[in-house]
Amino acid sequence: MSPSTTAKQASPAIGPAQIELLERLCNAVAVSGDEREVRAIVLKELEGVADQIQVDALGNVLAARRASQPGALRVMLAAHMDEVGMMLMEEEEAGVFKFETIGGIDQRQLPGKAVLVGKDHLPGVIGVRPIHFYSAFAELETIPVEELRIDLGPENGKKAKPGQRATFATRFWQAGPSLIAKALDNRLGVATLIELVRRPPENVELLAAFTVQEEVGLRGARVAAFALNPDLAIAVDSTPANDLPAWDGSENVSYNTRLGMGPAIYLADRGTLSDPRLIRHLAATGDALDIPYQFRQAGGGGTDAGAIHRQRTGIPSVSVSVPGRYAHTAASIARRQDWENTLALLYHTLERLTPVLLEADR
Amino acid sequence: MKALIQQLSEATGPSGYEAPVRELVKSAVAGLADELRVDALGNLIASKGSKSQDGLRVILTAHLDEIGLMVTHVDEKGFARFATLGDALPQTLIGARVRFLNSAQGVIGGEQLDSGEKLHRLDQVYIDTGAAGREKSLVQVGDVAVFDRPFLDLGQRMVGKALDNRVGVAAVIEVMRRLETTPHEIYFTFTAQKVVGDRGATVAAYGVDPQLAISLQVTPSGDTPKARLAEIALGHGPAIKVRDSGMICDPRVVRWMTETAENAKIAYQLEILEGGTSEARAIQITRGGVPAGCVSIPCRYLHTSSELIDYEDVQKSVALVVELLSRPVPWL
Amino acid sequence: MPDIKAFLKTLLSLPGTSGFEDPVREVIAEAWRPLVDELHTSPIGSLHGLRKGSGDMPRQRILLMAHMDAIGLIVTRIVDGFLRITDARVMDSRILPGQPVIVHGRRPVPGVIVLPSPALLPPTIGKGGMVDREHLFVDTGLPAEEVSQLIRIGDPVSFAQAPLDLSDDVLAGHSLDNRASVAALTACLEELQRLRCSWDVWAVASVQEEETLGGAFTSAFSIRPDLAVAIDVTFGKGPGSPNDYRTFELGKGLTLGWGSNVHPGLYRRFKDLAEELELPYFVELMPKSSGTDAMAMQVIAEGIPTIVLGIPCRYLHTPVEMVSMKDITRAGHLMAEFIARLDADFVQNLSLEVEL
Repeated sequence: MSPSTTAKQASPAIGPAQIELLERLCNAVAVSGDEREVRAIVLKELEGVADQIQVDALGNVLAARRASQPGALRVMLAAHMDEVGMMLMEEEEAGVFKFETIGGIDQRQLPGKAVLVGKDHLPGVIGVRPIHFYSAFAELETIPVEELRIDLGPENGKKAKPGQRATFATRFWQAGPSLIAKALDNRLGVATLIELVRRPPENVELLAAFTVQEEVGLRGARVAAFALNPDLAIAVDSTPANDLPAWDGSENVSYNTRLGMGPAIYLADRGTLSDPRLIRHLAATGDALDIPYQFRQAGGGGTDAGAIHRQRTGIPSVSVSVPGRYAHTAASIARRQDWENTLALLYHTLERLTPVLLEADR
Repeated sequence: MKALIQQLSEATGPSGYEAPVRELVKSAVAGLADELRVDALGNLIASKGSKSQDGLRVILTAHLDEIGLMVTHVDEKGFARFATLGDALPQTLIGARVRFLNSAQGVIGGEQLDSGEKLHRLDQVYIDTGAAGREKSLVQVGDVAVFDRPFLDLGQRMVGKALDNRVGVAAVIEVMRRLETTPHEIYFTFTAQKVVGDRGATVAAYGVDPQLAISLQVTPSGDTPKARLAEIALGHGPAIKVRDSGMICDPRVVRWMTETAENAKIAYQLEILEGGTSEARAIQITRGGVPAGCVSIPCRYLHTSSELIDYEDVQKSVALVVELLSRPVPWL
Repeated sequence: MPDIKAFLKTLLSLPGTSGFEDPVREVIAEAWRPLVDELHTSPIGSLHGLRKGSGDMPRQRILLMAHMDAIGLIVTRIVDGFLRITDARVMDSRILPGQPVIVHGRRPVPGVIVLPSPALLPPTIGKGGMVDREHLFVDTGLPAEEVSQLIRIGDPVSFAQAPLDLSDDVLAGHSLDNRASVAALTACLEELQRLRCSWDVWAVASVQEEETLGGAFTSAFSIRPDLAVAIDVTFGKGPGSPNDYRTFELGKGLTLGWGSNVHPGLYRRFKDLAEELELPYFVELMPKSSGTDAMAMQVIAEGIPTIVLGIPCRYLHTPVEMVSMKDITRAGHLMAEFIARLDADFVQNLSLEVEL
């Protein structure tokens, strides 16, 4: 793999406007099952841009761009709008709520965090018992979520109620080459898809699905794929980069992906064995245009592709992710350059797609 | 059929990369089907017959794929770490030899554990391809391997890699050969991506839109020393599945299978499997629903590089399925 | 509505474990026949009743689904006339010793689940230790030869506990999960006889909810409704259950589900209607998923706006489940009134942009 460089070819680029959009997307609250805020941004951004746009029964936004020629491949691109978060479950005392997590949040990420609750973004905190009340450090154990509370204070507490959703309160910021925010998984994908709908390669019919409920079971992608019935699909997501040093200084052999090494192409995860024809095509595109890419290590995890490829009589599918450290926590970190290369790789991969690719057996 | 079983056992076809074994099956069934097609996920679907008035559209499946190993990292010293495609227990991997799709070979080793009581986790085993360092490695991230084991003929019993489910594949091919007349329109479907979660069967069944489904596969036997309490034994005939941890077979189908076996004097066993399931699970809930059942061939040492089966069980399974498909079903 | 209670008690006296629903389907079909225009059985055994609406064709469709399958056991082996059993890991083995059951062999064979004495069990269990189902037996009292003639591996085993009237209102028995909802659905169909409605109503008693949600996936696929309602029992407050947001008091109202399996606009319309009708209700929060047929119906085909209604029930997945008839009647009434108000624009006006 070559070092991180940006493709020279014309493709949608990441400029201040794209960064500003990503910032708005990351700061929005859209926990699985209530994607209203992100959906509103997507609809606004694509107003007058897409040839066709609809919101389906589950809340997916389905936007289409027609190809310049008839008989073009119908390509579904999916990016999930939802993020992991919490739901208020029961008010215990004024402004203090029991809560449950939604999506895969490690409960060790919760104590001592600030959160935003509901559509009014009411601020609250997840407090813990002061360290002074322990007699020895040996008493400090993982605090189960059942013992934690979201505290909004008595005033704001009156405006909140059980059933509302909450996320970490982190605001987006940039640090040198890095983008830091909550929910980079998967607002990076959403922002990427918006750019592709704005400036689509004209040789394919682009079917963009901004999906709901990925984090609770790929539900939106499933019905979107059934409805669109595309020739092939690419899930655009953000995948963990665990590229930190190992505790004993040994070689890190389970990094999943690495920041700065370009978009991550999926080979196999818990839900999908990527279509080898699409893997080869993505890699060939990267090689030909000098766009860096990496293969995500095979193993667990999953994307919308897990639901998409099983619809109807089978849909050739692959996933491409922007690598990001610390997914599903209060602050995740990605590289702007990786994002830019992801956008470039996707754009040119689509641009170079022809029906011949799928005529051979996988 | 033995030669075919050997050929299929030694063929390569890990989940998602079934092309080599699919090509082998394609050539074996080419003259036997009215139509052959391969779908988007790699299922091979061979159709035969047309539906008579009292016939049904039937899907008969056997999965093609076997457990695979995919390289996730090659370390500085040249050892390849891997993930499995399908579930294999790490302790059964150590010492096994593997062959990659790019024909590189290797052997599986395990890290030294701090206690003899412990079992290896998957991240504690690796493939040694003999490469002296990362630069010399013939394999890279994403390369896929399968077990490398020659077939062993023990007479009545047979041992091989991937007998789960190549013995089922052989049985379905043999059914195609022997079935002379049938009232049904039959889709002999050799499915891809079973061991990763019945993915091939899911989309194949959607495409075929069957009115009846039968899956042919292997099932673990309980006839080895200190095995868990399971009734299935080698040599006692095909196992007609009643339930497993993923599905309950349609009682009409189960009754039809047992009565057919009894009438044809084919010995059979009844299967209740805990901790495993069949791809018929996925077919049963396809579209508006499909009555589904399974014929299983008892097998020892599942998901290891040496799976052991009884030849007579295979032959009786074939005989049973031929009997089943030769006549209309009784519940219409 | 005393006839609904009598009907429910009939249902509670029947077998019909997951995958073997025939006996209960036949009785439900008899009850529904006069209430619907068409009656079908799906390829895997779900019962579909269609009550045609008065609207113009193509008419919109609402699907009301209650699963009719009950938890049960299955014979795994026969040892000297004693039966080994297993279940789909949906019940607590500690309720099994001493439980009267019926084994559905060549004929129904009554039996009792028995606990072998300590010396006959693995020493790891010890005296007084919890015994898992795999070490229990069913004893039919019949000689081994007769057992081998009557019973074989794979025969289903259902609870034999007769329904118990605890008061006019409170009923206990096995398979109230989810025959209580089948009764509510039947009450709804009865009430619809007196109401005018423009939509087609598909009442479905689904199979295999406790196994694969198979009935829900397949019936929703073939019916393709515009709206779907899953009605199921939910956790009642009572001894042994947490006394918090996870449980609901019996007799104090049904529950309306809220969470990602539920269309927020549909929730809102049910909530507004319950308030208009002065029917008491609880909001049941389902942050991740509902654990009901709704999970399957929601994601069928292009996606279906779905809601979950719950009837509080104590001691779930035991043979002594307990419900209040009032909650069942309320659920039936709410569904009927909801259906009567459905007009041609309902789906078009259904909004995702609502607060709970």
